[in-house]
Amino acid sequence: MIRKLFDIIANNAVPAVFIIISAFAIPLSGYSASYLIQELLTRIGRNSFLILSLLIPIMAGMGLNFGMVLGAMAGQIGLLLVCDWGVVGIPGMVLACLIGTPIAIVLGLFCGGVLNRAKGREMVTSYILGFFINGVYQMVVLYFMGWIIPITNPAMLLSRGYGVRNAISLLGIRGVLDNLIPAVISGTTATQQFLSVNGNGAFIVCQLPFFEGYIRIPLATLIVIALFCLFIIWFRKTKLGQDMRAIGQSQAVADSAGIPVNRTRIIAIVISTVLACYGQIIYLQNMGTLNTYNSHDQTGMFSIAALLIGGASVSHASIANVFVGVILFHLMFIVAPVAGKNLVGDAQIGEYFRVFVSYGIIAISLVLHAWRRNREKEAARRSLRGNKGGN
Amino acid sequence: MSDNNNNAPLLQLDHIGKEFYGNRVLSDITFDIHAGEIIGLVGENGAGKSTLLNILFGMPVIASTGGYEGRLQVDGKNVRFTSPNQALAHGIGMVHQEFSLIPGFTAAENILLNREVLNGSIMNYVFSDRVSTLDREAMHNRASAAIHTLGVNINPDMIVSEMPVGYKQFIEIAREIDRKNTRLLFLDEPTAVLTETEADILLTALKKLAKQGIAIVFISHRLSEVKTLCSRILVLRDGRLITDQPAENLTTREIAALMVGRESERKEIQVEFPSEPVRVDDVNEEIIKPKKKKKKVKPAIKVEHLWVDMPGETVRDVSFEVKKGEIFGIGGLAGHGKLGIPNGIMGLYPAGGKVRLFGRSLTLNKPRAALNRKMAFVSEDRRGVGLLLDEPLDWNITFTAMQTQGRFLLGIPYICQFRNEYAMTKEAKKYIEALSIKCTGPHQLAGELSGGNQQKVCLAKAFVLKPNILLICEPTRGIDIGAKSLVLDTLKNYNKENGTTIIITSSELEELRSVCDRVAIVDEGKIAGILPASSPAEDFGMLMMGQTKQANDNEEEEASA
Amino acid sequence: MISKFIQNAGWPRIIIALFLLGLFIAAPFVGVRVDTSLANTLVRFGMNGVMVLAMIPMVQAGCGLNFGLPLGIIAGLLGATLSIEWNVEILARLVEFGGKYNLSWLNEAFVTNWREPLGFASAIIIAVPIAAVLGWFYGKLLNRVKGDEMMIATYVGFSSVSFMCIAWLLLPYKHPTMVWGYAGKGLRTTISVEGYWLHVLSDALAIDVNEHLRIPTGMLIFFAVMAILVWIFMRSKTGTAMTAVGSNPEFARASGVNVDKMRTISVMLSTVLGAIGIIVYEQSFGFIQLYMGPFYMALPAVASILLGGASVNKASILNVIVGTFLFQGILTMTPSVINSYLQTDMSEVIRLIVSNGMILYALTRKVRAGR
Repeated sequence: MIRKLFDIIANNAVPAVFIIISAFAIPLSGYSASYLIQELLTRIGRNSFLILSLLIPIMAGMGLNFGMVLGAMAGQIGLLLVCDWGVVGIPGMVLACLIGTPIAIVLGLFCGGVLNRAKGREMVTSYILGFFINGVYQMVVLYFMGWIIPITNPAMLLSRGYGVRNAISLLGIRGVLDNLIPAVISGTTATQQFLSVNGNGAFIVCQLPFFEGYIRIPLATLIVIALFCLFIIWFRKTKLGQDMRAIGQSQAVADSAGIPVNRTRIIAIVISTVLACYGQIIYLQNMGTLNTYNSHDQTGMFSIAALLIGGASVSHASIANVFVGVILFHLMFIVAPVAGKNLVGDAQIGEYFRVFVSYGIIAISLVLHAWRRNREKEAARRSLRGNKGGN
Repeated sequence: MSDNNNNAPLLQLDHIGKEFYGNRVLSDITFDIHAGEIIGLVGENGAGKSTLLNILFGMPVIASTGGYEGRLQVDGKNVRFTSPNQALAHGIGMVHQEFSLIPGFTAAENILLNREVLNGSIMNYVFSDRVSTLDREAMHNRASAAIHTLGVNINPDMIVSEMPVGYKQFIEIAREIDRKNTRLLFLDEPTAVLTETEADILLTALKKLAKQGIAIVFISHRLSEVKTLCSRILVLRDGRLITDQPAENLTTREIAALMVGRESERKEIQVEFPSEPVRVDDVNEEIIKPKKKKKKVKPAIKVEHLWVDMPGETVRDVSFEVKKGEIFGIGGLAGHGKLGIPNGIMGLYPAGGKVRLFGRSLTLNKPRAALNRKMAFVSEDRRGVGLLLDEPLDWNITFTAMQTQGRFLLGIPYICQFRNEYAMTKEAKKYIEALSIKCTGPHQLAGELSGGNQQKVCLAKAFVLKPNILLICEPTRGIDIGAKSLVLDTLKNYNKENGTTIIITSSELEELRSVCDRVAIVDEGKIAGILPASSPAEDFGMLMMGQTKQANDNEEEEASA
Repeated sequence: MISKFIQNAGWPRIIIALFLLGLFIAAPFVGVRVDTSLANTLVRFGMNGVMVLAMIPMVQAGCGLNFGLPLGIIAGLLGATLSIEWNVEILARLVEFGGKYNLSWLNEAFVTNWREPLGFASAIIIAVPIAAVLGWFYGKLLNRVKGDEMMIATYVGFSSVSFMCIAWLLLPYKHPTMVWGYAGKGLRTTISVEGYWLHVLSDALAIDVNEHLRIPTGMLIFFAVMAILVWIFMRSKTGTAMTAVGSNPEFARASGVNVDKMRTISVMLSTVLGAIGIIVYEQSFGFIQLYMGPFYMALPAVASILLGGASVNKASILNVIVGTFLFQGILTMTPSVINSYLQTDMSEVIRLIVSNGMILYALTRKVRAGR
């Protein structure tokens, strides 16, 4: 009974703490509700897809896929090429995905193979693998592009004639998905004002009384994300999903039942890598600029931190965790610097605080997971004796 | 459940034999199985049961060690399986001792694991059918049908980890029954974890299955169950088929005698020791209390109501006494807790109860406390617990003495002490010579030695401690015949020369009887009885098979009546 | 004979050693002086050696590679900054102490002449107890998460670095050379140690072979002393028990060794060595790097010891020396030689690929049978 209570608290402690932090920080920041909602919606659109890509390896018992940055790099290579070729708009995004997919599949196969050789320490291995592939990625982008891989647009290249510049503007595809179906929620008074500023174009307008200002909604992106959620729900119901759940719980049993364990684990990683590739493309179309050498760096860490803040653990994660996590994590992200500044007069503190929280939360989740696993092992041993003899 | 030709036996074994690295573990096994038969297969640990099953199911370990002799026939056709899946395809299923169930899945999901009912979809043609969704309702129905066949009432949507242990056994069996073509089922100790009522239900269910034409091979050490359930009984001993008779021709006592009765020639290496899950629930078996001693000597070690949480070797309630200078044996089947006793006394696994050494009580759960009381321990898990495989022999031999008795050190105690490599090497050399350990020298890594020599290193490690009481587990497991007798002789001599009390735990009854003064038999985590080593083998056999003396007598009375 | 050597040394090491040798041979042809390169390699070796040494206790005790090295580094940074903050006061106290107990050698002249070494010593003296305390907690934590040490160590390192980022801003440091000039509070991102203990080790007993090659004898001797201390410790009763714990924890437990205690001691030792290591690094580098500076410092150290032939659960002093030399050699030689040849800076990419490739290799290597 007490154990159960403890488990419930342990499972939900993280989101609860964040709600409390936010409850204090939001008033301190002094942001308006419409600003916060607008920011949150943007960030949900920007980040959810990336975070959702983490779910499948967790299902297959491979823990948090720190190797998702591999997919992000594949997506960036796709974007760089598309940008060079001058393909814009939705076709540009689709083409970037098409280029990124095979790269992501190859990287995923490699990652899956490596992880199968390092069973039991998948996380630290995929984490180091991210760094390793980052080295290869830098080699490709910094030395091969413009040399082996033709890049025709000189504006993208470093002055020495090869190697891609650090900041690449993605004007051609900036916001194309977000604004594909323009939509806005606005208060009665703000509607006219908004339309006069933005033109009377084909906006889907939803008027709400008692509401000030307006909120643009990245409707198409949200639809893509919703479709993706449906995909995951469907995937869980498939035979492949069932096999992954089985492997996640016991590789030995799954193997003896004839499920191809290693192959299925590789499939899980490949799917995750490809999805992370798409996720990164969606993320960058929202950002509008690509920092060639840094954009992917934090992707893995921030996505994983958000998922964990949403209440997921190393062995269990749901779609709800993703959205709760994205909202809480980015709420803190938005308000922390300002709250920090208003509190102690230094925005830097809030900045560092959110970095600390991201890492701290991952550390705590990993500790809780390992701790619980060791405790369960002990309980299993005790239960063997049953109720007989001694206590 | 499939129509088969009644003339040809379902499965026929024809002169099956097997050698592992020159050690014969099976020879000349010939028998057949017909549809609807229930066969009881009994034998001690190491009698060859596991090897036989491995051959039947085409386990890779057989092929990788040179295959087997003789031939297998299914429906009169020669077969040679190379994987368990091929055996399954021929309708031969197996329920293992240890559960292979996924704890977080429901009963239905487990029963249909990797055989899920799928909804068809166009995607199948694009990818494989692994992208089809599961038809949960059909799965539920099929699972409940399979469970129903067994005559038990388990909700197919129940999560396995929340089930009582007995249910899990039924789920395992239901999984095999659900296979459309299953017609021969091997059950390895299926009742070991069941309560008596559950066991009864299971036996009834098995009879029902047999009526439907499924042949069953029932492997168990509970002879009374074997006798009530089976129509035919096969006894394996030392890799040979000793008897193949209708059940009504044999009494349990006769079966026990057949199982343990030894011939002069003995098989030397036991290849596999299946660990059996322990029965959790109450069993109405009486314990034979250790007989009153004639002279009251202060015991070297007195154990009262000991329990030990050692996974796979749980000890529930054990009491015994060992006299000073005695060699005491602990025997019993694998998985019944005999190994748990010394491990618990040494503090390696959580334990409770009372242990007194020479009248003074011992702190449990602290290996250091046990070592400080001049006990030494040789673990059954040589590579896991007994040795530092990556370190040289002198480390292995002297480490425990260095840490607990402060020997082989230079410097000031408690402040700074350093290894005395010279003394370590010297001591190691002494024992390498005394026990004739084959190695390149005291600096060779322990992992590079053969099993027998590793065992000698473990003994040396214990001798260096100059113990008053020496606890030894499985002294001859996995070592060759020459080393075996040398190890046993070493122990005997050590006992004679130093008067050390020795407690030997072994799966090999014969070995215990040859070395020990008295032997205790452990059954289901309790002592079934303690007999002088000179007692007839079949008495030990009866104790091992879960037959207490009283139950025996009753049966004999019935037989004579 | 050769195949045995290859087997002992391992392919990755041989390839990298040959690569490094190739770089040294190629250096004169692209106008890079071998002696300059050698000098740089020696300096970097001395700078990083102690931090690589910090890997040994944890690896030997079976706690895995110390990805949590930043924790030790933080203790070192605290020691370094506090030694500067209190520099004047510490020296004054020493003189006072000397006066009180009639220790004439602790007079003002002595203290002033020995200002820099005393400052350096005070940094270490302050850092070590902090590291020991942090290491104790860190060790207790790692004991509860056996089997997942490396991943958790990584994130313990990261979160402590980011926590200290906040602390650096808030701690009441006052010394004008260390805090932001405009705000008068909050430590700067880089703090020069010039005038405090810049090059105290590097310049001590330094031998100038020629104008390009200066051997930092003092620093190398310091490393040697630390290495010998670790070597001696590993031969003590505790060190022996620690090695056994790493080799086979069950064996150690059955031999009456307190496994958790040994692991905690190893983690404390690793953390303390990390703290000393960063101070040695700073005195040679010339700057204290705060904030995100220590963030990725564990990876080069981990890669070095693996490059030297250590595995996830076995490491020796020789591994440290060979590994640090090879790794730092590659780091010094690639920018100078490859850049001169290709006219481009590949060193960062090569560093990433070599160091992480090495760690990956160690992680995916099959553990020896029987374990």
